[in-house]
Amino acid sequence: MMIESDQILREIAAADSLSAVEDLRIAALGKAGSVTALLKSLGAMDAETRGVEGPQIHALRGAVTAALAEKKARLEDEQLERRLATERVDLSLPPREAPRGSIHPVSQVMDELAEIFADLGFAVAEGPEIEDEWHNFTALNIPEAHPARAMHDTFYVEGEQRRVLRTHTSPVQIRTMMGQKPPIRIIAPGRVYRSDSDATHTPMFHQIEGLVIDKAIHMGHLKWTLETFLKAFFERDDIVMRLRPSYFPFTEPSAEVDVGWSMEKGRRVVGGCEGWMEVLGSGMVHSRVIANCGLDPDEWQGFAFGTGVDRLAMLKYGMDDLRAFFDGDLRWMKHYGFSFLDVPTLSGGVGA
Amino acid sequence: MKFSLSWLKQHLITDADAATIADTLTRIGLEVEAVDNPAEALRPFRVARVLSAERHPQADKLQVLSVDTGAGEPLQVVCGAPNARARMIGVFGGPGTYVPGSDMILKQASIRGVESNGMMCSSRELQLGDDHDGIIELDGEAPVGSSFAEYAGLDDAIFDVAITPNRQDCMGVRGIARDLAAAGLGTLKPLAEVYRMTSLDPIAGDGPGPDVRTDDSEGCPAFFAQGVSGVSNGASPEWMRNKLTAIGQKPISALVDITNYMSVDLGRPLHVYDRAKLDGGLVARKARPGETIAALNGKSYALDESMTIIADANMVHDIGGIMGGEHSSVSAATTDVIIECAFFDPVHIARTGQKLGLTSDARQRFERGVDPAFLDEGLAIATRLVIAICGGTPSAVTRSGAPPAERRTVAFRPERSAALGGIDVPLAEQVAILERLGFKIEGHEAVVPSWRRDVDGPADLVEEVVRIVGFDAIPSTPLSRSEGVARPTATRAQLIERRVRRAAAARGLDEAINWSFIGAGEAELFGGAAQILANPISEEMKHMRPSLIPGLAAAARRNADRGAASVRLFEIGRRYLADSERPTATVLMSGERGPRDWQSGKTALNDAFDVKAEAIALLEAAGAPVGNLVLAMNAGPGWHPGRSATLGLGPKMILAAFGELHPRIARALDVPAGTVAAEIYLDAIPAPRKVERARAAFAPPALQSVSRDFAFLVPPDLSADALVRAIRGTDKAAISGARLFDRYEGEQGLSLAVEVRLQPGAKSFTEVEIADISGKIVAAAAKLGASLRG
Repeated sequence: MMIESDQILREIAAADSLSAVEDLRIAALGKAGSVTALLKSLGAMDAETRGVEGPQIHALRGAVTAALAEKKARLEDEQLERRLATERVDLSLPPREAPRGSIHPVSQVMDELAEIFADLGFAVAEGPEIEDEWHNFTALNIPEAHPARAMHDTFYVEGEQRRVLRTHTSPVQIRTMMGQKPPIRIIAPGRVYRSDSDATHTPMFHQIEGLVIDKAIHMGHLKWTLETFLKAFFERDDIVMRLRPSYFPFTEPSAEVDVGWSMEKGRRVVGGCEGWMEVLGSGMVHSRVIANCGLDPDEWQGFAFGTGVDRLAMLKYGMDDLRAFFDGDLRWMKHYGFSFLDVPTLSGGVGA
Repeated sequence: MKFSLSWLKQHLITDADAATIADTLTRIGLEVEAVDNPAEALRPFRVARVLSAERHPQADKLQVLSVDTGAGEPLQVVCGAPNARARMIGVFGGPGTYVPGSDMILKQASIRGVESNGMMCSSRELQLGDDHDGIIELDGEAPVGSSFAEYAGLDDAIFDVAITPNRQDCMGVRGIARDLAAAGLGTLKPLAEVYRMTSLDPIAGDGPGPDVRTDDSEGCPAFFAQGVSGVSNGASPEWMRNKLTAIGQKPISALVDITNYMSVDLGRPLHVYDRAKLDGGLVARKARPGETIAALNGKSYALDESMTIIADANMVHDIGGIMGGEHSSVSAATTDVIIECAFFDPVHIARTGQKLGLTSDARQRFERGVDPAFLDEGLAIATRLVIAICGGTPSAVTRSGAPPAERRTVAFRPERSAALGGIDVPLAEQVAILERLGFKIEGHEAVVPSWRRDVDGPADLVEEVVRIVGFDAIPSTPLSRSEGVARPTATRAQLIERRVRRAAAARGLDEAINWSFIGAGEAELFGGAAQILANPISEEMKHMRPSLIPGLAAAARRNADRGAASVRLFEIGRRYLADSERPTATVLMSGERGPRDWQSGKTALNDAFDVKAEAIALLEAAGAPVGNLVLAMNAGPGWHPGRSATLGLGPKMILAAFGELHPRIARALDVPAGTVAAEIYLDAIPAPRKVERARAAFAPPALQSVSRDFAFLVPPDLSADALVRAIRGTDKAAISGARLFDRYEGEQGLSLAVEVRLQPGAKSFTEVEIADISGKIVAAAAKLGASLRG
């Protein structure tokens, strides 16, 4: 009996494969196994013999079961080790590349502007790019002989209606004032066109217009709004701004807005005050413009301002060639474009 | 508008230096673009005397000078000027000096074997004139060794000021001086004192006034003139020449210089005719068809009936208020002249100038409007200057018509300073400022000075007061804020654009912005432009785009030419159609789908399915119900008929088109291989019905879904989409999804395999139920000609 037990355990110890272990299990513990046979023999024994043999046979079963399990585990471990020794990839190989897209700086800046002005209560208004002369000029108090109307600046559309490509976003002011009751706070970004093309001018560019119409709005509000906007947009506290008297037909008084610049790392950046550069045109909406829109200028007044979106982008993000904005050069886009995740928010910041 | 500091000081008594004046000008709205002092560049040049001049031993045309520069030993200088001679006094620049007129730095050098230590300079070399025939010769009294710039009175700041179109008065130095005086920078001298004349009243003169009249009361409401006979038209006096030269104007002759001087000084253009060249009297009238003029700029202009001109019996002598004619211009031989001092209507001037494409100092002034109350005085000053400089006897003055110089008033509402200007200025200060600017305050009215036609309302007075007080004094005042957190402001259309843009970038597309205008050929490929520019910059930028594809295709081509193997572009912009401007997102992908890769090996070119994926993703980002999209093959002209399709919510609600371009168009646009495109019609996407933030209650199905695969043999022209839709529609309660997963073309024909997902409700499906649903699916497919594969 004990000999048989030693024999089985020796064989288990000697087994060198999982299939051999399984064969031994079947030979010992299977339906016709030797240990199973011994267990079966217990039933035929008298009580005395069973009292002696029983524990021995159960112990044998326990020992064989444990030995099998242990052997199996060890063989499995060895097998895993062998597999692991062969399972190796060079993870320095590049993964499959997903293309990376980009947002155009003009779009990014427009989103930034929308976000900043939303906090100040300005909605975003839009209008057609092919305008009639009334909205683009006449309603804005630009008389027919004004130089801006000359063929030199304005693109005219063929046809009898004398339509133009809007030369500025200001006609959106007119459409807004005619379309809704004050109080009004809007910005109007979009494409505008001038018949002009050189190193710093493209025949198409982007402007943003701001308009506030309410009771008792004065130049102090204009000044505050522009200061607040410039600080928020350029994300600097050292922004200095000055209003300079100027002339626009649609505002009275009119002011050009200069912002201080300074040299940082050989570049001219907005902030500080080593010199001035012009960034915006602005003024109090001319009473005639308000009247042209069907509002009573004795009741309503307000301010308007406008600036180039492309120029704002250049000043903030450091591009120096406007023409590249409209060339669709992938290399430029990858360099100056923005990630889709750069969504300007008040909590996350309006710059990227 | 250019003027020098010394010129300004003829009108303004001030101690202010150039920098203070420049700052003040900008602060009050006269933007200084530059302040230059030509003396800066001439600092190193000294007055020097030529002691001796000897023939150069090696060159006939050169001389060897010995020059006393006032410091140290005389220097040896080689000089090629024919007028260089002993004892003359000229201008010397030593080695190391930058010569502005020839843009070079002087060096000690050997010229044909003779050492030369500097240069005696010509006018051109110092940028003082065009003369290069010889070196500058100075007066024998000139102090040798002193600064030439100082000696020559060139140490004078030159201001270049941008005058806004509303400021007619500041097109003359006097107006600028008046503004500066109003800003507290000095005192304005009386005009008679400036011109050192005892009176500015018209000169009575002898004999009848010249025969002039205006027949065009609209274009030329007033034509004043005075004759002067017996003049001698030599050079103008040095002080006048210097003033003009300093601001870059070329002195011509006394008579011309006088008119140019008065134009700059007083903003008062004049014209002087040589009486000997006129045939009878002068009439201001509208031009007649076919009339032309050879103008003073050497060009000939064809005139039309809208233009006011001045003519005698024979010919046109002046484009009224813009430019005189060559024929009757004054010359050295001129003895009798007519001085014209007229008033031309600004709008007429602007139109004529624009039509002729002709600008001039006179036009710039008449276009803004000259002072209509200054005709008599202007003429009197001109006649006095002519007599003083050129001699001669004046005739009487002829006055035809009357300038629009009636008294104008605007309401003076001092409270508007605070209400509109945002700054409270005491009444007395407001009145003082306005009076310094020439206004007269009479109770609640302000009488507007005749030289300020731009002022026509209370807001103008606010501007005058506030700009002189200074915009920097206006206190910043916060706008009111609505309560609580800022409310959203973007419209649905704006949100759609933003979402589509960011979704496209997230999917690896790069955003381009292309011109809104394209060439005729490109537009023709897409049905032609509904809007065409009358005055384009070029033929390639003339037609308002009916599609964004040409712009993107050109960008793709440029990128491919720069070596990009894979181009993935999108643009969000408008298509300009006959009825409206349509916001559109367009994707264009060219070349390879992606870079080749060590795992998959060679890459493939983009195909229609690549761009279909983008189209659907962008539609989804835009909020379109992508589950309900209906596909229709062939997106129309412009697209490959068999490899393009539209996506929509019905035949009249097309939301997108995608696929390959028509080969003819692809060739015409020269797109790189592997170009596919998609257009998303952003304005066609219907607004979702959802209004509430809270979603419908979520009840996860209690039982797991089961899936069954069906493989059908189908007719070759059956669209997979139609088959899947038909299957999905057979039992909407039980079928939660159907998806095509295999397509195979074999001997038996085309086979499509669809995985159908069945979602049980409260109880599991029985075999019978599943068989029943399967039967319905097979029947539905059969209606499309599909049969279950054996």
